[in-house]
Amino acid sequence: MMIRDPFQEGLARGWKVVDAARLDSDREDSADVVIVGSGAGGGIAAEILSRSGLRVIVVEEGPLRSSRDFRMREAEAYPALYQESAARKTADKGINILQGRCVGGSTTVNWTSSFRTPPATLDFWQRQFGLADYTAEALLPWFEMVERRLSISPWLVSPNANNEILRTGAARLGIATQAMRRNVNGCWNLGYCGTGCPSNAKQSMLVTTLPAALELGATVYYGLRAERLAMTGDTVTGLECVAMDAAGIRPRTQRVRLRARHFVLAGGAIGSPALLLRSGAPDPSAQLGRRTFLHPTLVSAALMEAAVDGYSGTPQSLYSDHFLDNLPIDGPLGYKLEAPPLHPVLFATTLQGFGEGHAALMKQFSHAHALLALLRDGFNVASRGGQVRLRDDGTPLLDYPLDDVIWDGARRALLSMAEIQFAAGARKVYAVHEQCSGWDSWAAAKEGIARLPLRPLALRLVSAHVMGGCAMGGDAARSVVDGRGRHHQLGNLTVADGSLFPTSIGANPQQSVYGIVARNISALAQSLSGRPAAALA
Amino acid sequence: MFTRRQFIKTGIGGGLLLTAAALLHKPLDRIGKQALVAANPLDPSLRSVVRAIAPVILLGAFPATDPARAAALERITRGVALAVAALGASAQKEVAELFALLAFAPTRILVAGVSADWDQAGVADIETFLRRWQDSPMDLLKTGYQALHDLVLGAWYADSDSWPAIGYPGPPVLQ
Repeated sequence: MMIRDPFQEGLARGWKVVDAARLDSDREDSADVVIVGSGAGGGIAAEILSRSGLRVIVVEEGPLRSSRDFRMREAEAYPALYQESAARKTADKGINILQGRCVGGSTTVNWTSSFRTPPATLDFWQRQFGLADYTAEALLPWFEMVERRLSISPWLVSPNANNEILRTGAARLGIATQAMRRNVNGCWNLGYCGTGCPSNAKQSMLVTTLPAALELGATVYYGLRAERLAMTGDTVTGLECVAMDAAGIRPRTQRVRLRARHFVLAGGAIGSPALLLRSGAPDPSAQLGRRTFLHPTLVSAALMEAAVDGYSGTPQSLYSDHFLDNLPIDGPLGYKLEAPPLHPVLFATTLQGFGEGHAALMKQFSHAHALLALLRDGFNVASRGGQVRLRDDGTPLLDYPLDDVIWDGARRALLSMAEIQFAAGARKVYAVHEQCSGWDSWAAAKEGIARLPLRPLALRLVSAHVMGGCAMGGDAARSVVDGRGRHHQLGNLTVADGSLFPTSIGANPQQSVYGIVARNISALAQSLSGRPAAALA
Repeated sequence: MFTRRQFIKTGIGGGLLLTAAALLHKPLDRIGKQALVAANPLDPSLRSVVRAIAPVILLGAFPATDPARAAALERITRGVALAVAALGASAQKEVAELFALLAFAPTRILVAGVSADWDQAGVADIETFLRRWQDSPMDLLKTGYQALHDLVLGAWYADSDSWPAIGYPGPPVLQ
């Protein structure tokens, strides 16, 4: 059977898509709105602005890959589709960050888990950050709009064994689990969302909003790094970009200068603050690039009696909010429990140790199971997150200090996961820690985890959710942008991605980006066009 | 991970590592000027280090006898070089410096504690070196260990030739 590749078909129809790696001279271009980034925020913004009759240019630093390229191989996907080849790290290398970098951004490679912003998170924003209209009721129509647009609905197919273990173990302990909602349409249940969806079932920006915008005449540049905003007074006058080499690693000499009435930043919560920092944007609140949150994530691996085949089937179909809902939001850090897909490179590199012990575990790969605990950072007053800085070459580096508030949550999370795994019948459980050689029983794990020295580079943490750094807020003295994402000082600049969030979300953030950006960019479209904004298709 | 400035700043007490840092001045400057050198599978630093340490990191998975072993050595060397070439520019430079430090005899002896040349070093010596770095009180050495861990294991299990041994059938065939 031939799988259609709608992006390639669109290119054949004459979509305006420019590969900057092939530019042999400088060029200039202009539009009503220039959008930096083609992920969750940039994609939604591109469709709404285009439908509202505005001319749009989207700038993406990563490459263009589409379904015909998605061969479900880690060796191809990580270098092509992820920031720093899926090996992006915090400054002290204590946390490994998985973030997309390609047309469609992280939506091209995420695991499709979709949540409306939790009401508890919105309540906290209203109380603490002067975001009075961030109520669940006010956002509901926007969440419903993106649910329709991206086919977000409950996933009713049986969970794979790796997820089922979470339900079984949790149920035996009286802990509730729930079914995921996913942005898929006609999903084949393959299990390879993370290497790009080969059947175009995942309703990523690559197959939804970007094609809609391109069909309406938008232009997408890829392989193009947004380097610096040009500013005069409180107005952004242009965006200076530089073409990347074919590998997407080093800038070439060719430059692209873009002019627009308005600029939208959607380069993600590391990229967007970094662009503002490089540009010397005004920052009177000193909040730019600060309070960056990651949902620092712990991994607990286990060996089961029966085969798990964790590479097969929907990566994430069940979750538990038990350890979020039963803790005060601003108290000791709570955590969301989920299961990750198990693929050879991801599993082999995450697993500690080397030599015979590592090889013996890898030989039982098909019996391996893993759980994730995502810490809800940014609510407890001691959880201040990280800070985006610039390296000498202008590329961003996130410094995220790991401290006691994280270690406290980490230890509780490791205990919860091990207890659930043993309750589900695990033969052996391994915390992903350099000094852990596994436990044979819950009693042994309980004692072992209590004694594990929790330090950076010993306990291996991961993150797939980067949030904050251009925090929105009602008070310009304490935030970078207002509740609509409008920069407090620069009149024609709007931030429209996860960097808006003043805390972490406490759930996988993609739908929060979609819904909040849809509302904010609709307001922008109306102010630019003088007419009510068009809805998403 | 390894920039010379960090290396000196780490404040290692005792003169040994400072001596090593001074000795490294020239080779690291050279590497800095040709940051991509480690991404080349023919780069002598990368080659000598990977051919020695990969079979130890992969003990239990790596073929013990030729010709399978010789072929696997080529495979893993090429795989690590490819993995390095895909990293960001800054990480590439750090990894190049790491391989330079390990390949340069004086720093191999002082910092890694491996006295024999890599092609002569025994499995036990290399294991001891890896464990010492894994548990080192110095973050710099711990990150060096983790880079070697991730590059070697990542490159090995990215390769479809390594999948049958772990029972991974590979991605489904769509037709």
